Amino acid sequence: MSTLVIADHDLGQLSPATARVVHAVSELGPIDLLVLGTDTANIAADASKLAGVAKVLTAQSAGTADADAAVIEKLAAGYLYVVASAGSVGKDRMPRVAAKLDLMPVTDIVDVLGPNRFTRPIYAGNALQTVTDNQPKHVLTIRASAFRAAANGNAAPIEAIDAPVVSAARLIASHRTESDTPDLATAQIVVGGGVALGSAEKFQLIEQLAKKLGAAIGATRAAVDAGYAPNDWQVGQTGKIIAPDLYIAIGISGALQHLAGIQGAKKIVAINTDPEAPLVKLADVALIGDLFEIIPQLLTELDKAGVIR
Amino acid sequence: MKILVAIKRVVDHNVRIRVRPDGSGVETTGVRLSMNPFCKHAVEAAVQLSEAGHGDEVVVVSIGPKTANDIILTALAMGAHRGILVETDAELETLAIAKLLAKVVEEENPDIVLLGKQAVDDDSNHVGQMLAALINRPQATFASEIKVNGSELEVTREVDSGRETIAVPLPAVVTADLRLNTPRNAALPMVMKARSKPLAVRPAAEFGVDLAPRLVVEKVAPPAERVAGKTVGSASELASYIASEVSQMEAL
Repeated sequence: MSTLVIADHDLGQLSPATARVVHAVSELGPIDLLVLGTDTANIAADASKLAGVAKVLTAQSAGTADADAAVIEKLAAGYLYVVASAGSVGKDRMPRVAAKLDLMPVTDIVDVLGPNRFTRPIYAGNALQTVTDNQPKHVLTIRASAFRAAANGNAAPIEAIDAPVVSAARLIASHRTESDTPDLATAQIVVGGGVALGSAEKFQLIEQLAKKLGAAIGATRAAVDAGYAPNDWQVGQTGKIIAPDLYIAIGISGALQHLAGIQGAKKIVAINTDPEAPLVKLADVALIGDLFEIIPQLLTELDKAGVIR
Repeated sequence: MKILVAIKRVVDHNVRIRVRPDGSGVETTGVRLSMNPFCKHAVEAAVQLSEAGHGDEVVVVSIGPKTANDIILTALAMGAHRGILVETDAELETLAIAKLLAKVVEEENPDIVLLGKQAVDDDSNHVGQMLAALINRPQATFASEIKVNGSELEVTREVDSGRETIAVPLPAVVTADLRLNTPRNAALPMVMKARSKPLAVRPAAEFGVDLAPRLVVEKVAPPAERVAGKTVGSASELASYIASEVSQMEAL
């Protein structure tokens, strides 16, 4: 019996999260990768290159939870594992699929310990729960940032499935955040800004530094609530979970809910006026001072050091 | 129109939790408990819809021990009309919760079911989606805006690429995100009035739902602690640290 993985995609591109999900479950058996949507030929072609994928399946979808879940639920009959990333699509669809199949899902998995043993964070990552799932079938979501990506070089066959699109819900409009920065959840470097930036205009300082480092941009809930940054930049318990090699936190004191989203960062740099701020205490390297003085200096110094990405 | 709101009592989100040394779970005795923050946004949304003329009755339901009555009272003080406590001392999985709520929905027949998108204790983010599946209705999760449009809801959702707006025919299940609204603090007269609002207590067993857990929790452990760092004195020192980190990344 094999595994069905639901691919993530955006703007006609396979999301980097999918390669990580494929790698996370590669020990569990051969993987069929399902691409749901319209005009998915390029996405399917990229998906077929991932190591560990036996077959890529494509099916039409209206891009709504009930439509996607209906297709997944039907396909699930032929699989032992049904898996998605713990992004906003997987979180929306998979519990619906699980309930339809009368299964308790295991979600936001950060470690696959065996065929039916998984670790997942609870309480904003302040505790890690290890569970055994003895159900006949497993519905899982994977925290992509906790795993490495599967290699490329495969050439799995692509097969279109004829499934009717049934949806009571209707997608009316997408309001996208236009940005050419890397995907936050899988970025190698993230620069994050807090409410101390003071305005959306000043938040551009964060964007400048991010651009220089080829980094993704993150923000605290307070900065998003204040309108300095779009909602999809929010990092934390209820926003995105990041695990970069380097996280540079600027003007962020470090509320518990924000810390929940950055625990996977390998190295943390903090720039803050308050030496007692929780994030400063957590950081590998901290610089105490006014961010409006420090960032321009840092930009110049990085140029001097020849850092270009 | 009738609105049902499901709410959960959790360890207060400001409490720094402690993992029990024996690995059996997180310490919840002697710890401040309160309404899950996302549930507060759901209650507020229901009350606002009702105040705008879209809900004749807002019914609040919670599943938990007797003490969960206090968050139902909070919701009643915020403006909900009636409460139901489905009483159980067991720690139920989200699937069992969704099945119990499906039974309540069957009895109450609401047009809108509102829930928080996730509880800050188990961080599951399951119940709204599962309930929608079990009652075979559309769902609109992670809502940051809800508009009533005749027999439909127009819901703006917070997603990984930004926001999207969907239309769902009623009845529907909606889960609340943080930017949906600012939950009110109930004034003292409302708190007093809440005590006289109807609150039914029903044992979970009477719903005839299989509540047995499906997963075995082996252990709960604290995360690895980070090693203490250092402070640098200048932007140039910081720049050279960042430069060396970046070059290490590129070497890989």
